[in-house]
Amino acid sequence: MTGLSVRNVSYAYGEKRALDDVSFHVPQGAFCALLGPNGAGKSTLFSLLTRLFTTAQGVIEVAGFDISKQPRQALAQIGVVFQQPTLDLDLTVHRNLSYFAALHGLAGRDAETRISAALDRLDMAERAAERTRDLNGGHRRRLEIARSLIHSPSVLLLDEPTVGLDAAARKAITQHVHALSQQDGLTVLWATHLTDEIEPDDHVAILHRGKLLKQELCSDLTSGQPLQHVFLSMTGATA
Amino acid sequence: MTGALIALRAILIREALRFVRQRSRFVAALVRPLVWLIVFAAGFRAALGLSITPPYQTYITYEIYIVPGLCGMIMLFNGMQSSLSLVYDREMGSMRLLLTSPLPRWWLLFCRLLASTTISILQVYTFLAVAAVYGIDMPIIGYLLVFPALIVAGLMLGALGLALSSAIKQLENFAGVMNFVIFPMFFLSSALYPLWKMAESSALLRDICAFNPFTHAVELIRFALYGQFNAAALGWTILAGFIFLGLALWGYDPARGVKKPRG
Repeated sequence: MTGLSVRNVSYAYGEKRALDDVSFHVPQGAFCALLGPNGAGKSTLFSLLTRLFTTAQGVIEVAGFDISKQPRQALAQIGVVFQQPTLDLDLTVHRNLSYFAALHGLAGRDAETRISAALDRLDMAERAAERTRDLNGGHRRRLEIARSLIHSPSVLLLDEPTVGLDAAARKAITQHVHALSQQDGLTVLWATHLTDEIEPDDHVAILHRGKLLKQELCSDLTSGQPLQHVFLSMTGATA
Repeated sequence: MTGALIALRAILIREALRFVRQRSRFVAALVRPLVWLIVFAAGFRAALGLSITPPYQTYITYEIYIVPGLCGMIMLFNGMQSSLSLVYDREMGSMRLLLTSPLPRWWLLFCRLLASTTISILQVYTFLAVAAVYGIDMPIIGYLLVFPALIVAGLMLGALGLALSSAIKQLENFAGVMNFVIFPMFFLSSALYPLWKMAESSALLRDICAFNPFTHAVELIRFALYGQFNAAALGWTILAGFIFLGLALWGYDPARGVKKPRG
């Protein structure tokens, strides 16, 4: 099975159950918004999807690779943008990208070609030698997204990537990632609690208190109502 | 070049750049042992009489005695500094980048360990050069033979730092490491006084010093600096290194998690 598949995944911090029998599937090339209020278990799920944590309960498959049995193949297929910025602000833009490329075993001409392509895509080729600290928040986020694609993953995971950005930067990044999914066939899982980042054609998986409440196409889920209302009616009353 | 070696090179370069950027860290790493050598040793020179014990073949001054201990101190502090930067990386998020690489986690952690050891060794050689200018020099062969000893000692102390970094949940808790790890390790060792001297005041303290892996790292360096080989010190240092590395790998095992995320 391609895309991203999560089946019967549970995880607990001691006695506290953070994820409870979560199952969903994001088809290849689809944009899926993982929607949940703060504390729903989104970041825990991301930690499992990126193998920062492992669990014995449930199966996670990335592009057909079981992350517990074939972790290296699965991780090679994942591009990830964490909620917390992971750029080294004192390194140059280029050095940040080449460091990441090297962590994926890429060096030399191959890495340089990919880095140039990433910088061109961001329209930042002339800023390659600048310190990352000198970029604004929106550019840093775009740089992180471009960096996450350097090794040509098939699945892109983004954990609340617009946190801390202004409205214009939020919109630009949301559109950019939607375009990556539509034009490049990238499977995207976008965790958020902001419903305005989701388009009608997107898949939506609603996570609340560690349980998956629903997974559907956004347009089917809302049936013409604002997504915000549907989301709050499913989670807000008990939040 | 394989992916693993490419990653190793990148991690070494990143740590070297970070070190070069933090000039104050380099200055502090050099000034600290020099203060001990020039000020502390001068004060204690008269108070502490030293008998002839291996690897020394004649009476030596206290300054000469503490040079290997100060080399160890540089490595001990650097190991902890590396641990601090690992905790910082985890708080800042860049640790996640490292750990989500498709390379084996043990290899990635080993790369970090090797990078911190390399920086330690550069600092030690700089210190030895300054000490030589000050008048405390070693046999030429000692400067060569100490290199493998520094690698072993640096890896052991770096592994200790790595293990600690997996246990320390917040940067603020790092002061505790200074109080409960660095100072006891340093003072309860043969870095500043030989073990027989310690035994004169307390047999128990001597036994604790003899058990302390830092003592063995210092003795390994001391013997190597005089062109001699201390097999027991090497064995203890390697054994401790493996134990600390095992603890570090256990601490960073994804089945244990890294840190409870928010959200």
